[in-house]
Amino acid sequence: MKINNNQLSTTSKAGFMIRIEPSSGWTSLKLKDIWEYRELLGIFVWRDLKVRYRQTVIGALWAIIQPLLTMVVFNVFFGRLGKIPSDGIPYPIFSYAALVPWTFFASSINLASNSLVNNSDMIKKIYFPRLTMPFASVLACLVDFVLAFIILLGMMFYYGFIPTLNILWFPFFVLLAMVTALGVSLWLSAMNVQFRDVRYMIPFITQIWLFATPVAYPSSLLTEPWRTLYGLNPMVGVVEGFRWALLNTDTSPGPMIFVSFFVALMILVSGIYYFRRMEKMFADVI
Amino acid sequence: MSDIAISVKGLSKKYHIGEKHKRFNRFGDQMVDIVMSPFRRAGRLLSGQAAGASELDQEFWALRDVSFNIKHGEIIGIIGHNGAGKSTLLKILSRITEPTAGYADVYGKVGSLLEVGTGFHPELTGRENVYLNGSILGMRRLEIEKKFDEIVDFAEIEKFIDTPVKHYSSGMYVRLAFSVAAHMEPEILLIDEVLAVGDVAFQKKSLGKMENVSQQGRTVIFVSHNMNALQRLCPQSILLDHGQLVTQDKTDKVIEQYLSVASSKATGPGSWIDLSGQKREGTGKIRFESIKYAGNNPSLSYHPYANGPFEVSVNLISKAACSVGSMAVIIFDRYGTKLVNADTLSHGEPINLQEGRNTITLRMDQLHLNPGMYTIGLWVADPPIEIYDYISSATLFEVVETEKEDIRVQSDGVVPVKFQVVDAVEKS
Repeated sequence: MKINNNQLSTTSKAGFMIRIEPSSGWTSLKLKDIWEYRELLGIFVWRDLKVRYRQTVIGALWAIIQPLLTMVVFNVFFGRLGKIPSDGIPYPIFSYAALVPWTFFASSINLASNSLVNNSDMIKKIYFPRLTMPFASVLACLVDFVLAFIILLGMMFYYGFIPTLNILWFPFFVLLAMVTALGVSLWLSAMNVQFRDVRYMIPFITQIWLFATPVAYPSSLLTEPWRTLYGLNPMVGVVEGFRWALLNTDTSPGPMIFVSFFVALMILVSGIYYFRRMEKMFADVI
Repeated sequence: MSDIAISVKGLSKKYHIGEKHKRFNRFGDQMVDIVMSPFRRAGRLLSGQAAGASELDQEFWALRDVSFNIKHGEIIGIIGHNGAGKSTLLKILSRITEPTAGYADVYGKVGSLLEVGTGFHPELTGRENVYLNGSILGMRRLEIEKKFDEIVDFAEIEKFIDTPVKHYSSGMYVRLAFSVAAHMEPEILLIDEVLAVGDVAFQKKSLGKMENVSQQGRTVIFVSHNMNALQRLCPQSILLDHGQLVTQDKTDKVIEQYLSVASSKATGPGSWIDLSGQKREGTGKIRFESIKYAGNNPSLSYHPYANGPFEVSVNLISKAACSVGSMAVIIFDRYGTKLVNADTLSHGEPINLQEGRNTITLRMDQLHLNPGMYTIGLWVADPPIEIYDYISSATLFEVVETEKEDIRVQSDGVVPVKFQVVDAVEKS
């Protein structure tokens, strides 16, 4: 469907005209649409947040408990028993600094991938840019991320980490995490509309992906050509970036970051295109 | 062309319908199918076919080459049977789904009311849901804020506005949902049968609101099975049949034509309707083969009407000559409530059947039903021993309007009633 914003001078009633017609091939990205509907995007985020912890006893504390408990478990098994190296910093903060972006990523793709299917009645009955839905899920998880991050700041204070200039790069790594989460979510949510298998795949995907990401171990275990190649998993760049920007690990990530950034961008752009292409049949097959 | 609000040219929509429900005779077959289906699917994917292609190979045109124009400020009704393409048309115009061919030019902001309460979240309060639902329907935050009191007022739920809607009664829920939707102010409004919500009083209020809307010079497209509402609201109508546009004319004329189209169909009154494809229960020793129903008024094309006579004939196939104690014609409303059960059991006399085909006609002297759509069910049994055949939904039929005055009174309730005012004494 194309939108022509023709200014019709002949009538004030018809401020604009929309031509509704079959779209063929690769359609335009229509990112303007999302801007048009930014209020709705905000409302979806607000709804996700409001609903998420309704009728729970500890509410938003869950956002903190999840990465925190995982950190404790990792510390016992990998840190103490496994004696896994941690780039010269205490293992608890080493793993928690990675678990914060990781939890954001995992819960984002979990929530966003089901966002379309869970709101199928809306998709069948009302028009709005469908992209807003997975996008809103990722943004809602960002709020949990902020809560968990506050704990990380507390830990940095406790362990006496003083941020260096590296921290200026920190927003970039948050953005990288978002780009990765959104890109993967767009692929999975659009696929989920047609193949409900995706729903069952997601726990599996996140589990495998966790082990393929240096959350419990440092990527410095690998030697150089391999370490850069490791960046093909964009979450590697995110996790190592977090450690470098906040904890000033001496093994700076280097070229691996660029590989991760490039891959994340590819996933996002291809994800938007794939989503757009599938979008037109959402209402018919969901 | 400045006065055109919607211009539709050659609009078509093709759907693929899945293969007919597989009949599994044995549990084992079903299990085998469940186990094998991923492999078959995978095989298909590998051989390059689109997913599920061979299962979805039947095509069906929900809309075919439909063209029309609607001017600004016009209120157009869309009339047609179930499956005529009315809802598909609205879905395309509201951009929910894409057409397969053709195009529609829409001049102005479109609001669609295809179902009320879409996106309502049970955990959120009434207030929160007003904002959520309003935004989903395309209203701006400021707009919602401005109309908030009006919305709550109209829904009559002031006291409960800060209660989660999961604690609402279904009536309150629907009233709030409708109220939000009714306060949209798009230039073009698409409405699909939402008036059929709430109790009678609220339906009236909704209809009144719709009338207001239509007087504000907005363009409205209104889809409904409620001929009264259509006549009241829409001066002009479009008749769709099997995805094609039959006519666009004054509503009275279109309704007339709709009824005559209906009667020319095999499913209309006065012709035999085959029942072989219907879902049924029973031993099958005696089976209903076909059904025919009719009123007695040729000027209504033999459609049954309120308080008029109603005849139902059935062809029964019996495997052996026998006599049955109970044969019944049952009438349900659209919600499945049993309204009428004309059972021969109440006569106390069995019906004698020969081997082979038997035709039996039941005549009701007066059909005490208001205009609307109803379902006929058929039952034959020898109580309490054996149910031979039971079809809960043999055919749909319509009780049509006769007198045009009294419309408002007639359209309320299920059963028409004749009454006088006997005494009107004022009490001090």
